[in-house]
Amino acid sequence: MSQSPASIAVSPSQGFSIKRFFSMENRYLAPAFITCILLAGHLSFGILESYKKTGLAIIASLATELVLGRIFTGKWPNIASAYISGISVGILVRSPAFWPYVICSIVSIMSKYALRLKGRHIWNPSNFGISVLLFLAPETVATLSIQWGNYLLPMIVIWCLGSVIIWRVRRFHITATYVTCFILFAFLRSYITGSPWQSEIAPLTGPMYQLFIFFMVTDPKTTVRSKTWQCIVVALVALVEMILRLEQVVYAPFYALFLVGPAALLIEMWFESRKPVPVRATV
Amino acid sequence: MRGTAPRAILAIIFAAFVMSPLFIKRFEARNNVAKTKLDVQTAVARHGFYLQEVSRAAGVNFVHQAPTLDSRLNHIMPQVASMGASVSIVDFDRDGWPDIHVTNSKEGSKNALYHNNHDGTFTDVAEQLGVADVNRPGFGVSMGAVWGDYDNDGYEDLLLIKWGKPELFHNDAGHGFTRVTDQVGLPPWINANTALWFDYDGDGLLDLFIGGYYSEDVDLWHLASTKMMPDSFEYAKNGGRKYLFHNLGSGKFEEVSAQVGINSRRWALASAAADLRGTGHPDLFIANDYGVSELYFNDGNRFHEVGEQTGVGFAPKSGMNASFGDILNQGRYAVYVSNISEEGVLIQGNNLWVPKEGTNGEKLQFENLARDFGVEIGGWSFGAQFGDLNNDGTLDLYLTNGYVSLDHDKSYWYDFSKIAGGHSAIINDAKNWPAMEGRSLSGYQTKHVWLNDGSGKFVDVAQAVGVTDVDDGRAVAMADLWNRGVLDVVVANERGPLLIYKNTVTPENRWIEFELEGTTSNRSAIGAQVTLFWNGQHQVQEVSGGAGFASQNQRRLHFGLGKFPQVEKAVIRWSSGKTQTIDKPAPSKLHKIKEPA
Repeated sequence: MSQSPASIAVSPSQGFSIKRFFSMENRYLAPAFITCILLAGHLSFGILESYKKTGLAIIASLATELVLGRIFTGKWPNIASAYISGISVGILVRSPAFWPYVICSIVSIMSKYALRLKGRHIWNPSNFGISVLLFLAPETVATLSIQWGNYLLPMIVIWCLGSVIIWRVRRFHITATYVTCFILFAFLRSYITGSPWQSEIAPLTGPMYQLFIFFMVTDPKTTVRSKTWQCIVVALVALVEMILRLEQVVYAPFYALFLVGPAALLIEMWFESRKPVPVRATV
Repeated sequence: MRGTAPRAILAIIFAAFVMSPLFIKRFEARNNVAKTKLDVQTAVARHGFYLQEVSRAAGVNFVHQAPTLDSRLNHIMPQVASMGASVSIVDFDRDGWPDIHVTNSKEGSKNALYHNNHDGTFTDVAEQLGVADVNRPGFGVSMGAVWGDYDNDGYEDLLLIKWGKPELFHNDAGHGFTRVTDQVGLPPWINANTALWFDYDGDGLLDLFIGGYYSEDVDLWHLASTKMMPDSFEYAKNGGRKYLFHNLGSGKFEEVSAQVGINSRRWALASAAADLRGTGHPDLFIANDYGVSELYFNDGNRFHEVGEQTGVGFAPKSGMNASFGDILNQGRYAVYVSNISEEGVLIQGNNLWVPKEGTNGEKLQFENLARDFGVEIGGWSFGAQFGDLNNDGTLDLYLTNGYVSLDHDKSYWYDFSKIAGGHSAIINDAKNWPAMEGRSLSGYQTKHVWLNDGSGKFVDVAQAVGVTDVDDGRAVAMADLWNRGVLDVVVANERGPLLIYKNTVTPENRWIEFELEGTTSNRSAIGAQVTLFWNGQHQVQEVSGGAGFASQNQRRLHFGLGKFPQVEKAVIRWSSGKTQTIDKPAPSKLHKIKEPA
């Protein structure tokens, strides 16, 4: 999921204000939002496997980040993004066992340090960790696939709140593009397969997708820089997802992002490497 | 830290973590499953028993047939019309030999009552006794049956549940049955999949619980609307209501569920009752599909739902079985609830709810130890029963599974998962569900026979001991069918054959059985507990009026004793509250005990 939707730090000396809390500079906005989702979802509908498992995922994620950050950067890293990764794993991974939560968190965070190119990590960490686990341990691991109870209200609240926050951090266009493409492709799939269109739209109404579209596809560290290309890339994610869905791949969104995201970044890096280096003018 | 070496070390550790799920998978598979098929002698030598399927040799050629519901469900008919195979064990004529009752579900099909011929064979007598032709169009089709002597005349009566009109048949001294449905006051229509007999108020008369699945206002053959599916995959509350019929003792029952605190519209699939707290009153456990399980503590005249408080009713799954077993020989029951696990799609895992150390009475709590004990993953699990299959002194676990076996190479799971995660407005309407088009949904699954080592580990020996069928299993019942001191297993399969697994057990292991008859308590002795003390350990079992999924074990209680048993005593606590102690009961013998006046 998004590792830090807004990575510009706020000076502690500026003090706390509601306005600043909801400003795009606040790196803790996304962690606060996802924490609210987790607590509301669990207290209302018991969406978590257990507190222990979610706690384990968060602790494993934070510990890995602190250790690797200290070793490879020489300073204690900010743990906001690791917290989001851990909590994402805690919500999205469904397994009766404890070990997948630990392994998934560790693999997610380690991927940031192990899979780097020109100083950038190219996979969204939790997308990488979850995809690896789903692929290698399908007999033990699944993802969140249930509803927020039977109620429309929690879903509307999450959509509204998520949209506002994503808009504040200037990434709403990514989410909007993905949702639009998903709906269009859902109708196309319905036309191709003959399935009711409602069944093709259905996944979008579930909490897994709400987390996916607000946190995972919007990750600034692993998306391309240009706004236009961000929209194109996320449309490609939706396209690849559609192709995978036509092949009846259950975890199509995770695998689509796993494939398209890094490819887009690599292409962007390649283009950037071909740009002439500006020569500093001397007086 | 910079440089190549740290990066290389990081890459190696990273690769190891990435590959670790594969190592864990291999390690777990090696420890928990005996995959090799063995012959009888080798299996008996290695595991202490072997199960041989003998239905044909026993003269039983019963094949369950499914109903054909409203044509608007045609596109998903195999998964909607997917239940109805049930089995219950009863000695309906009191000849001392267990008989087998099974249900059929196709419109116009016949149920069967297999009378035990005492020679290894059975004869279907349902037709001649008047309990075969019960699936007539307009009255619904059978989903299960439980037997209990509701009028204390000494003969077990038959309660038949349906997606349709429930039926009660009075047993006329083993010579025939009289339909008494209209006299006793049962409702005209319940879409039920679970029922049980128990004496919840201890008045010596058996009461009746029936759990609805689809709402009772749904006629599945004439749908008023296609919006009759669950409104959530894990939080559905639009299922059938629950009924508690209090036995008034005059051949009539009074429906009292709301009065005594049972109000639920969850989708009940299984129920079981046992005294979990030592209060003398049977508590009620309900395993619900599309949601959390419910546990009702019974104070003798009122029920209190404590599912969340006790831990069993918080995480929603797809409950399809409820059975009790004292798996650690501690005198306390664990509860086994089956759910759905499908590799790569949905891993709910089955639940083995074990009482937490240090909790009891009103503070009783359970923890799910299914994974630790090795009984967690069972496919699309349905019926399960505890029983000591090798007479070694610990309760083993038999689980059947498999949902819809159609095209072996095509799966409906992708479409199922797509709709299952959708909002209630989508999932609730059958017309939104993608067509199955002959695809399987968790079909052709291998079964599980978990052998208990007594110290908290179960090993799956199904393939090794002869359980190799891959039918769509529903109900499991255990009984000593031929009075040999071993538990045989009967399995009812959906759209499949009734299987009778005859058990061969190592003669080194001894056993003891108790057949109880109540006097002050209900005559079936349902709710009576026997705690057997031997070789410094003790195990409790309770006479059940229905448990598992759509099944009922033999009334008789069977204990394995292992080698060289020194049986100290058997303590019987009758449902009337009386306690009786039998000192040094002889092993390898059936003890018939009547409640003292």
